[in-house]
Amino acid sequence: MVNISKKIASVEFDLLSPKEIRDMSAVKVITPDTYDEDGFPIENGLMDPRLGVIDPGLVCKTCGKKVPECPGHFGHIDLAMPVVHVGYVKVLRNMLRSTCRKCGRILLSKAQVDHFEKRMATLIKEGKNIKPLITNIVKTASQADVCPHCGEHSGKIDIDKPTTFRYDDHKLTQADVREWLEKVPAMDLKYFNFDENIRPEWMILTVLPVPPVTTRPSITLPTGERSEDDLTHKLVDIIRLNQRLQENRDAGAPQLIVEDLWELLQYHITTYFDNQTAGIPPARHRSGRALKTLAQRLKGKEGRFRSNLSGKRVNFSARTVVSPDPNISMTEVGVPVEIARELTVPVKVTAQNIEWAKEMVKRGPEPIPPHGVFYQAGVNYVIRSDSRRLRVTDKSKNEVAERVEPGFTIERQLEEGDVVLFNRQPSLHRMSMMAHTIRIMPGKTFRINLVVCPPYNADFDGDEMNMHVLQSEEARAEAHTIMKTQEHILSPRFGGPVIGAIHDHITGGFIFTHGDYSFDKAETLFILSRIGYTGELPEPKGKGGRWTGKQIFSTILPKDLNLEFKSEICEKCDKCTKEHCANDAYVVIKDGEVLSGTIDEKAIGAFKGVILDRIVKDYGNDMARQFLDDATRLCIGAITLRGFTTSISDEDIPDEAKAQIRKLLDDAVDNVNKYVEAYNKGELEQMPGRSLEETLEINIMRVLGRSRDGAGKIAGKYLGIDNSAVMMAKSGARGSMLNLSQMAGCIGQQAIRGERIHRGYQNRTLPHFKKGDVGAEAKGFVKSCYKSGLTATEYFFHSAGGREGLVDTAVRTSRSGYMQRRLINALADLKVDEDRTVKDTAGTVIQFAYGDDSVDPTKSERGKAINIEAAIKEILGKAKVEELVEMQKKEEDVDLMRSIQDDISTEDVEKEEIEVEEE
Amino acid sequence: MAEFNVVNHELVPQHEILPEAEGKKVMDKFKLDQKQLPYLLIHDPVATSIGAKPGQIVKITRESPTAGTVVTYRLIAVMAESETEE
Repeated sequence: MVNISKKIASVEFDLLSPKEIRDMSAVKVITPDTYDEDGFPIENGLMDPRLGVIDPGLVCKTCGKKVPECPGHFGHIDLAMPVVHVGYVKVLRNMLRSTCRKCGRILLSKAQVDHFEKRMATLIKEGKNIKPLITNIVKTASQADVCPHCGEHSGKIDIDKPTTFRYDDHKLTQADVREWLEKVPAMDLKYFNFDENIRPEWMILTVLPVPPVTTRPSITLPTGERSEDDLTHKLVDIIRLNQRLQENRDAGAPQLIVEDLWELLQYHITTYFDNQTAGIPPARHRSGRALKTLAQRLKGKEGRFRSNLSGKRVNFSARTVVSPDPNISMTEVGVPVEIARELTVPVKVTAQNIEWAKEMVKRGPEPIPPHGVFYQAGVNYVIRSDSRRLRVTDKSKNEVAERVEPGFTIERQLEEGDVVLFNRQPSLHRMSMMAHTIRIMPGKTFRINLVVCPPYNADFDGDEMNMHVLQSEEARAEAHTIMKTQEHILSPRFGGPVIGAIHDHITGGFIFTHGDYSFDKAETLFILSRIGYTGELPEPKGKGGRWTGKQIFSTILPKDLNLEFKSEICEKCDKCTKEHCANDAYVVIKDGEVLSGTIDEKAIGAFKGVILDRIVKDYGNDMARQFLDDATRLCIGAITLRGFTTSISDEDIPDEAKAQIRKLLDDAVDNVNKYVEAYNKGELEQMPGRSLEETLEINIMRVLGRSRDGAGKIAGKYLGIDNSAVMMAKSGARGSMLNLSQMAGCIGQQAIRGERIHRGYQNRTLPHFKKGDVGAEAKGFVKSCYKSGLTATEYFFHSAGGREGLVDTAVRTSRSGYMQRRLINALADLKVDEDRTVKDTAGTVIQFAYGDDSVDPTKSERGKAINIEAAIKEILGKAKVEELVEMQKKEEDVDLMRSIQDDISTEDVEKEEIEVEEE
Repeated sequence: MAEFNVVNHELVPQHEILPEAEGKKVMDKFKLDQKQLPYLLIHDPVATSIGAKPGQIVKITRESPTAGTVVTYRLIAVMAESETEE
């Protein structure tokens, strides 16, 4: 391929010379008026037709093009007297201060020049920024009292207001300044970071460019009146003054009057550039509103940069609140009728679809759907072949429909099944924007399935999301194949599922499948009907002809799925009894049948779901989508039948338990006191590498930490797995056992910066304690639980610890967010080439193999290219029962697998391979 | 006193100057021209230590958490990227 890309070597910023301004000018503007009485633009006025066209249909007198093609053309105003450009006042001051008034040379001695020359050369050679050196040069030169070249005295330059210069307390006119700068030789300009071809006197304007009318279009009010742009108003003022100044000067008016007018012209030109210049009142409209001139168009949040270039608004999009709906698929999004009627999809009318198109247009913008149909798409606009838009209204619909012919485009309202992009800010990863198909629904919110909450990081406390309607076939095809939600179940970050069950779905799965929970026929049918189950009802496996939850859940598993793993509820016993687990925590799935174990967060949850992971990788995304949809419906069905609730009474523990906890905590406090006593007596044994005080602190923290855990354990003993709160905590749906033990048992030690709370006055944290008390209560140990409530001092310590937590999260999120942003910006344009090398946009190699091992995390087995053990197990396990012929076939498979591995050829894999052969 | 040599430090991976033919082979394998190779500045302590010359290609073999050992290549360059371009 021919490489046609070109690099930008450098960018230069120049001053416009008076000659350049005149050369690019199409009109010399002399008349301060815009239009005559008949509404025609005045020749040589500010709306001269040679400056470009703004009315559609008219032809530009300069380039002969019409509205969208003609870019507009500059004009110019010849100023009667020179005027300072406000934007260059600082540069002008520097230049006047560091050059000689008489000879124009820079006020540097030969030695100084040599020194700076050398510094500049090295900086340029090293490719470094020369700005600091320039400031240094200016500083040195402006300190000179006498010109080293001609011996002339160098006076003090001051600035008055925004644009007037004073030399040793007498005023320099703009013409004086210009004269001075004309004397500065080209060879001295480099000390001001100026190119030799630029003249500093161009910073004093003698010609003012007039921007094209397209940059300051006038608007016609509904009353027929014309309203001019602020820039035009300002230009009118300038021309008017310029004329008066010229007339007065030519007529030989007194110096005082000419100077006043000159000053006024300077004011108008200054405000024309920047109407917020410090030191002068902003120019105002008749209404008192300050004019929006050039600088105001660019500056600030509402300026061109931040509002139009960095941030753009987009058509065909909608935004509203999101709310949950577990009954729609995870690839769907519920869209309110109001939004569906407003957003459109363009459809080209052809000979094949013209009948349909006419029928659509006849429906109008608000069709009344036939009985039993909730919504029917209409048509908002018809675009003719000459790209003129026709609005379809209830009145015009039949007439417009008649005129539709091939080549037209109709803008059809959204229809069920349209592909849209759905997004929630902040868009931190690619899963923040996914494609959904739409479902038109009553209500005013977007409805989403709960399994897509984790990737969007959405909840329903008022979150809003954006929807974008795709406008071309290519876009739709691309979105459909690579952006649909099911294509993003696996995260490219860790190769596991990011889309999965949360909260009640997990609780539902737990209730459903824990132990031998079973359902009668009516319940079973109710649950199965939710997934539209059509197969035979299986033989009931539960006691008394009931169907077990495991059995019902198995109906949605692929029939050849084999899997073994530990549930979230696993207690991590020393010796695992596998499928005979007393907690029913060891999941065995054989041929798509759950034989034992509980389906909880570990099985179907977002980030953890093992079954989910297996199905995506072995059966594909569509299967996984179906599984997730079915699983959520089953789990919701189960939890609906049983009912589920939690309240503060879930943390009730019997009085004996409370007594036990109280005793445990009292013992702990005593224990702490013993340590303190030992410390005071000097009997405490010092820990290696610690001071005595540190040893004491560590021991106290340990004792108190253990007592908190102990209290939690006692509380936990009385809170069984049939307790709703425990159920949620253990199954991974919400909350943790620590949360529960803090509610029922004891909150524990409050810490600031990992230490007990020491701060306070006069050797104590609060006046409730004795000075120097280092006991448990005095340093922030909270004995109470949330349920019983805290004592006043405990509450104080808890607030201190809680505040630290808040500050930490606030600081952490902002800092890590910025770090991530910088990382993303640095890596954004890298891509993996065909030969697996990672290259940047310039084609420079960043990595010779993606991730060193060329493995895509989403297609890997826990980061490795292949899970040899599982693969061998699968093959050998089956071979035992299969024919010899079959076995040979499998061996071929093993060979094939090896050749794949050779391809990948990492040493790790090779080592493992040898071991397998030995077996 | 023995001079400290960065190459002997445990954190510095193995650097090896490739013979010209070998270097060419690498470039052919990845279909690269010199500009596309990552740079190792001539002033780099390792480059000075192994006595690399501008235009040579250095083979670096280092350990990787994902792939065991990884081989990368680097072109010995005189100056920073922005100035090596015409």
